[in-house]
Amino acid sequence: MSAPQRLSVENLSIEFGGVHAVEDVSFDVEPGETFAIIGPNGAGKSTIFNLISRLYQPTSGSIHYGEQDLLRLPAHKVVYTGIGRTFQNIELFEQATVLQNLLVGRHAHMRRNPFSDFLFWPGVRKSEIEHRAKVEDIIDLLEIAQYRDERIADLPYGARKNVELARALCAEPSLLLLDEPASGLNNEETDDISFYLEDVKHDLGITLVMVEHDMNLVGQVADRVMAINDGRLLAIGSPDEVRENPDVQRAYLGVTE
Amino acid sequence: MLPFSDVIHLAITGVAQGCAYGLIALGFVLIYKATEVVNFAHGEFMMLGAFAVLALSEALGWGFWPSFLVGCLSIGVVGYIVDAQIMRRIIGESQASIFILTVAFGFIFRALAGMIFGWNARSVEAPFTGKLAIGDLVEINYDRLLIIVATVIFVVAIRLFFRRTRFGVAMRAASQNQLAAYYMGIPVKRLVSMTWALGALIAAAAGALLAPVTQVDTTIGLLGIKALAGAIVGGFGSIYGALLGCILIGVIEPFADYFLPGIKGVSAYVVMLLVLFVRPEGLIPQTYQKKV
Repeated sequence: MSAPQRLSVENLSIEFGGVHAVEDVSFDVEPGETFAIIGPNGAGKSTIFNLISRLYQPTSGSIHYGEQDLLRLPAHKVVYTGIGRTFQNIELFEQATVLQNLLVGRHAHMRRNPFSDFLFWPGVRKSEIEHRAKVEDIIDLLEIAQYRDERIADLPYGARKNVELARALCAEPSLLLLDEPASGLNNEETDDISFYLEDVKHDLGITLVMVEHDMNLVGQVADRVMAINDGRLLAIGSPDEVRENPDVQRAYLGVTE
Repeated sequence: MLPFSDVIHLAITGVAQGCAYGLIALGFVLIYKATEVVNFAHGEFMMLGAFAVLALSEALGWGFWPSFLVGCLSIGVVGYIVDAQIMRRIIGESQASIFILTVAFGFIFRALAGMIFGWNARSVEAPFTGKLAIGDLVEINYDRLLIIVATVIFVVAIRLFFRRTRFGVAMRAASQNQLAAYYMGIPVKRLVSMTWALGALIAAAAGALLAPVTQVDTTIGLLGIKALAGAIVGGFGSIYGALLGCILIGVIEPFADYFLPGIKGVSAYVVMLLVLFVRPEGLIPQTYQKKV
């Protein structure tokens, strides 16, 4: 695994047909930190994720991960910089098994040529075993062994969320973008996720950036929080600072002076 | 009544013809699985393959096999370019637009082939002549046998490719979920173009192998429509289903022509309609529904 780098986003803006979905947002995420982005629906949280992972092209601004200028990369190269992600609506290979999904997660780490693959030479066998071993480590970490050979389409929602997190971890990211890791989960499952995220953070040393609605989860795991509304930055600071910020309260609760 | 030896002979010829349909159908299925596009110009890749081999062997005096290799690879490149330059831009548009575009490609390829290679039927010298005889009953010309052998080789190679290679597994992943594939580091667009290249290459091989058996002219691509019928009979989402459907149609055709001369030439479509009535998903349906 490559060492975590600082993620710096500067003056990031994107317009969709005249609407400023994100406007002049800047923030840094330090290596090893857990950083949460909060805000009401439509505030531009997921848009920021989609900009970092190169699904959208920003109108202006810059995104760097360490020395690497992300805006120079196509979406499929982002994972090679050490940035992994999960999706709000879970994007798994539905007809494949959990194990197959996780092995595809190793794609960025496979250096092989089709010819030796075809013949399944000893070197290929050895590398398959190594990749499988990595995958099994992640299966143990997230306790999904009982689902190993199940097809995704047959899994309950909560288990799919775990599998998607597992697949992202299989790419051995140094920074992980988590798009609403607790959405759609019940209280018990949300507690599990926060427990797993603590493990990921401490055992694997991965920088976490999450978009999340659940303020309890944010309070439990986040070191710093950024609140946005209407595409603009409202506040950055510790969870308590942000919670008590009057602008944030107004955006969330509609409190007027 | 047909003598038994003729029955055997017709069946074997039918299997060879069915394999030729099957090779074209492989391309239909691969491209459909990768992009949900049905390429109605796929038969034209086959026609171009036949002409490419013809042109290389005539113009440069190359033997059949070097012409075959270079011809198929060049049509593969054509397939890549068709996707990378044109089809990629229309993805996400309505199915009707995509349908019309691929049909238009068929016309363009036929016209180009006619302008470059001429409109008259031409013949290609067979790489092998003679026939293989097993006992008194079984007898097959080497050029037809070659089609069957080539089909087996292609199917085994494709199976290994999709099961074993990093590239092939990436193609399968991309066909299930493109967004997720991107973030696993898979260059989805390039892989889709590679799928087009692969489909075109296999169709071109079918054309080149059929060329010595039949004659070559600009209309032989219409065979692609029979391959499509075969793929529908077998089940469009599955490579083996499509292949089986095509062989079935290849075998039924000569018998139908003999016993029911009234439907000569259209028996493939009659079979397709019958199967659609009874089993609309085809004989071997895709084992799962594609995520929409």
